[in-house]
Amino acid sequence: MTAPATRVGASEAATTVGRLPDGRWSALEIAFWVIPVACFFLLPNYRVLGSQVLITALFAVSLDLILGYAGIVSLGHAAFFGIGAYTAGLLAVHGWHEPLSGLAAAAVVAGIAGYAVSFLVVRGGDLTRLMVTLGIGLMLWEAANKAHSITGGVDGLSGVTIDPILGLFRFDIGGRTAYLYALVVVFVVFVVIRRVVNSPFGLSLRGVREGGKRMPAIGAPVPRRLRTIFTFAAAVAGIAGALLAQTTQFVGIDTLGFPRSAELMIMLVMGGTGRLYGGLVGAAIFMIAQDYLSGIDPVYWQFWIGFFLIVIVLFAHGGILGGLDALRARLRGRKP
Amino acid sequence: MLTLLFDGIAYGMLLFVLAVGLAVTLGLMNFVNLAHGAFAMLGGYVCVMMMTRLGVPFLAALPAAFISAAVVGVVLERTLYQRLYKSSHLDQVLFSIGLVFMSIAIATYFFGASQQPMALPPYLRGQVHFLGLDFGVYRIFLIVVVAALTVALQYIIEKTRFGSQVRASVDNATAAAGLGINVNRVFALTFALGSGLAGLGGGLGIDVLGLDPTFPLKYMVYFLLVVSVGGTGTIKGPLVAALILGVFDVAGKYYLPQIGGFVIYALMVVLLILFPAGLYGRRT
Repeated sequence: MTAPATRVGASEAATTVGRLPDGRWSALEIAFWVIPVACFFLLPNYRVLGSQVLITALFAVSLDLILGYAGIVSLGHAAFFGIGAYTAGLLAVHGWHEPLSGLAAAAVVAGIAGYAVSFLVVRGGDLTRLMVTLGIGLMLWEAANKAHSITGGVDGLSGVTIDPILGLFRFDIGGRTAYLYALVVVFVVFVVIRRVVNSPFGLSLRGVREGGKRMPAIGAPVPRRLRTIFTFAAAVAGIAGALLAQTTQFVGIDTLGFPRSAELMIMLVMGGTGRLYGGLVGAAIFMIAQDYLSGIDPVYWQFWIGFFLIVIVLFAHGGILGGLDALRARLRGRKP
Repeated sequence: MLTLLFDGIAYGMLLFVLAVGLAVTLGLMNFVNLAHGAFAMLGGYVCVMMMTRLGVPFLAALPAAFISAAVVGVVLERTLYQRLYKSSHLDQVLFSIGLVFMSIAIATYFFGASQQPMALPPYLRGQVHFLGLDFGVYRIFLIVVVAALTVALQYIIEKTRFGSQVRASVDNATAAAGLGINVNRVFALTFALGSGLAGLGGGLGIDVLGLDPTFPLKYMVYFLLVVSVGGTGTIKGPLVAALILGVFDVAGKYYLPQIGGFVIYALMVVLLILFPAGLYGRRT
């Protein structure tokens, strides 16, 4: 965890392998987190959108944990987002209006669901995982759709009222409280995730991703590692879902839908997988572009998102951050 | 009860035509192609447009659906798909989701978001009374057509020179190329055949499944299901899987309408857990 890793030669920096993770915050990371704070003051009219971006960013990071770090392809990650959203929403509808305990409850419920699912997911290869996650997501969607009396079905769950946070900060129409609440929660959870990813446990996950067959040889229990991270990621997704339910005071059935899982994957890949900030950047760009373009025409939006996805897969591996890294490595290589 | 079973079989047959192409790309070429439904949708739209705009009879529109889907399939295979044969599954998933989104947007742009109406020709409508039971004529037509197709496919794969080239290329592309088989050409033709069959299925299925721009997403699960449950390497596997799914889906929607699509998804998860390599998996 200490010094030797901080000085890395240019050649090693070009490949991400050579660097051991350390717990330090680089100047760039700190600068990155100043942006959302600055947005709060500079763009007061965009706070509602801003809080949604933050929530989606957290959700994207949770997918990055299993996709980017553990290498599990999931097409049903929205299931846990939806479980969290419905947990928080239903608690609030039925008389439990305290927000922070609502978040915790959502995390626990989504985590338990994730733990149960993880046993199915860890078995089998890529294709089976893909199908199982997809199937579970669709099953939950059907369940929420049919259980109209509980979830409100396609009409969504409305009437979610939330008490002021800590009894002090009331949710207002301009999204002031919602934005700050989302920012603080997202940041705190992010710090935890960052710690997990940089721990020996996080390293062993990368080991599994790079060579699943070799890890057992050095004594790492692969299925257990995967189950742990899957559960953790599900809990984080649950927190993101609960945040959305609490800040918008509404739970739509689309929180569970396949399009949400697919879009999430797109954001993450656009930003760059396996680097935490990729999810944040991707979600921000995706949401802002969506807000801009789908205002013009939703059909165009879908066309272009599909187009960019194909372009990224074919030509721009590593997404936006991957591209920046390559650029930086190149620049550094040029001046010795 | 028997009528229900019959409807289920007809439905399963339809699923088989739609999905058998995917069994080849996914099962044999190991390419996760979530965009398979887009080819089916293309076939469906070609079929509908030829009938309503040009007045072509239904039976003539079906081959056109096959050919157009096959042509688009081979063009996409040569330009895009073949670059990704060696990529990770994640890349393939993302790429094909991108294609699905684009196809939905294009279909909405040209044909609108609504369901396409289609009138079957009179001789395929109505019911036949037989042994005290009613059978839909179109259902019988479906079963006959698909049964004929299955026999033809089985023959092509097992008995013809092309079929053995396909099997050889799939088993070991390097060795096949070493023996002078043009592996790229074989894959392109196979892909075209699979896409064409999907297009044909799309045309055949309008009356049963409906046709609107969300078609590729709506039925994606069913296609994947047929392939992953059926396993790869045979024609029989996907056929059996499609029939099981068809019967269960129809029966589930009839007997337990309140839980709707739940039966099929639950069935899928259970089957995948019991048979990770499919019912007739080659890799054991």
